Amino acid sequence: MIEFEAEVRFAVPRRGEGQGGVERVSATLRSEARILALFGRSGSGKSTVVNMLAGLVRPTRGHIVIDGETWFDAALGVDTPIERRGVGYVFQDGLLFPHLNVGENLRYGARRAVRREVSATLGFDAVVDLLGLRPLLARVPASLSGGERQRVAIGRALLSQPRLLLMDEPLASLDNARRGEILRLIEAVRDEFRVRIVYVSHSVGEVTRLADEVAVMNDGCTIACADTETVFNRDDLRPYTGRFEGGVLLEATATRCDERLAMTHYRFDGGELVAPGTDTAPGARVRIRIRARDVAIALTRPSGLSIRNVLPATVAAIDDRGGAIVEVRLSLAGGGHALLARITRAALDELQLAPGLPVFALIKAIAFDRRSLGFTA
Amino acid sequence: MLSNDEFAIIALSLRVAAASVVLSVPLALGCAWLLARRSFHGKTLFDALVHLPLVLPPVVIGYALLVLFGRQGVLGAALADCCGITLAFRWTGAALAAAVMGFPLMVRAMRLSIEAVSPRLEAAARTLGASRWRVFWTVTLPLSLPGVVVGVLLAFARSLGEFGATITFVSNIPGETQTLPLAIYSLTQSPGGDAAILRLCAVSVALALMALAASEWINRRATRQQRGGGS
Repeated sequence: MIEFEAEVRFAVPRRGEGQGGVERVSATLRSEARILALFGRSGSGKSTVVNMLAGLVRPTRGHIVIDGETWFDAALGVDTPIERRGVGYVFQDGLLFPHLNVGENLRYGARRAVRREVSATLGFDAVVDLLGLRPLLARVPASLSGGERQRVAIGRALLSQPRLLLMDEPLASLDNARRGEILRLIEAVRDEFRVRIVYVSHSVGEVTRLADEVAVMNDGCTIACADTETVFNRDDLRPYTGRFEGGVLLEATATRCDERLAMTHYRFDGGELVAPGTDTAPGARVRIRIRARDVAIALTRPSGLSIRNVLPATVAAIDDRGGAIVEVRLSLAGGGHALLARITRAALDELQLAPGLPVFALIKAIAFDRRSLGFTA
Repeated sequence: MLSNDEFAIIALSLRVAAASVVLSVPLALGCAWLLARRSFHGKTLFDALVHLPLVLPPVVIGYALLVLFGRQGVLGAALADCCGITLAFRWTGAALAAAVMGFPLMVRAMRLSIEAVSPRLEAAARTLGASRWRVFWTVTLPLSLPGVVVGVLLAFARSLGEFGATITFVSNIPGETQTLPLAIYSLTQSPGGDAAILRLCAVSVALALMALAASEWINRRATRQQRGGGS
């Protein structure tokens, strides 16, 4: 359980991450989530919150209680030193020790574990194998690629046997291929090692894929803290969550794999979806993000079509803010699940869409790739 | 080539310089770390105090040492009483004078190299459970080591050349406090010492060049290592 209610004021307005920092960061978090995401744009104070959790930034007031243990309390004068908090911190740029090789980096934090007499639930071999670090053990950090560096950083943090794993934009310095690889590893870490993670990101894709709960930050304040589906489907949060990538989140269960076609069927309480790939075992729970721009609308069930997902729905509302593009909110026939479709004004006029009109939502199966499927255990 | 007396002078000089460096390294490291990493009241004054030997006339430093550490001096008497250490007119006193004069140089080099270590790396070490003390030994010091060694070499070279403070504090006693510069000075005061002067000057130049070459070599090696030239 994370109970965080703290604030820090900077005497001098400090430049946050990137441009436009804030003078005051204040956050209220209560979460039991396995992965809690801090989400917001650059400079919104996400990193400062994580640094307060780690003890790198001292709050001006407030309290931080993790699993019933007080790490900081301004009123009581409690401020547990960084090294005794039991956090593992994966920094944006890895921050490996350049004078130690990979193996020595990994073992650096092991000492605390011994001193704190926590049973090493995260064994050296298990972590090394999961993260694929064995071939790298004798290398020096300067010779590693960005993705390798980040894998080592995650391993190093895990091997210090943290109670809380903090990850501050761990994918920021990686290219797209590496991002997918590290995301899969983070999911594996969550499932294999049962460690609680606080994940900082400004990417909708990463957050919806990984997080159980999301705290949305804006201008140095938390403006919402709830489970991921709620946060990303809440209309009043759209300005913060969906400005560039509007969409909805669905929780679904894999029902069957078609090996020949290499497709997997997913069932959710509103219908069925198919997506390419067969690496999801039947019965696994996944979270699917459907971006508004991937959804098309038809008035009749189309035939002779390559699009695999055709879902009956009703037009619920039309969000018309002028311009060439409008957003249509659809209510799926099955269970009232909502979908967003982004279409052109020309299409809106031609189809004469209006609330209450029965339609079909069309979603290309290839719109879901590994990046929009998040696995929840 | 060199006479036995001259060898003795060189040996004494090296011993004094080595002792002065050994004496000041821990203290200089501490001061450098404080100046690089901590902010506290009176830091500017502390900084000025550390740098004082650099700007004061060496004679003044020598005189201050004489007043403090002489046989009748406050600290000198206390040291003699408790540990039986006498500094006045002894080679140990020469080492102290050289240490004080070389101290600012040593602190400066160390401070710069500690400042060049990313505080974020140190923060990362602390999140991994290392105390401040352990962070210093396992991260800060290893990463700033080239600069620290350069500071030591600079101070060593400076100690070899120390003259004013030494002659004021411990005088110019052959076999006890007569280091290379003092020996050269004595030779210039007596007729017919030209050849000996030249020999000792050559030795001074050689020692200084060796120290500079060593520090340059360490610097290059460190730069290469940080660019990531293999394991």
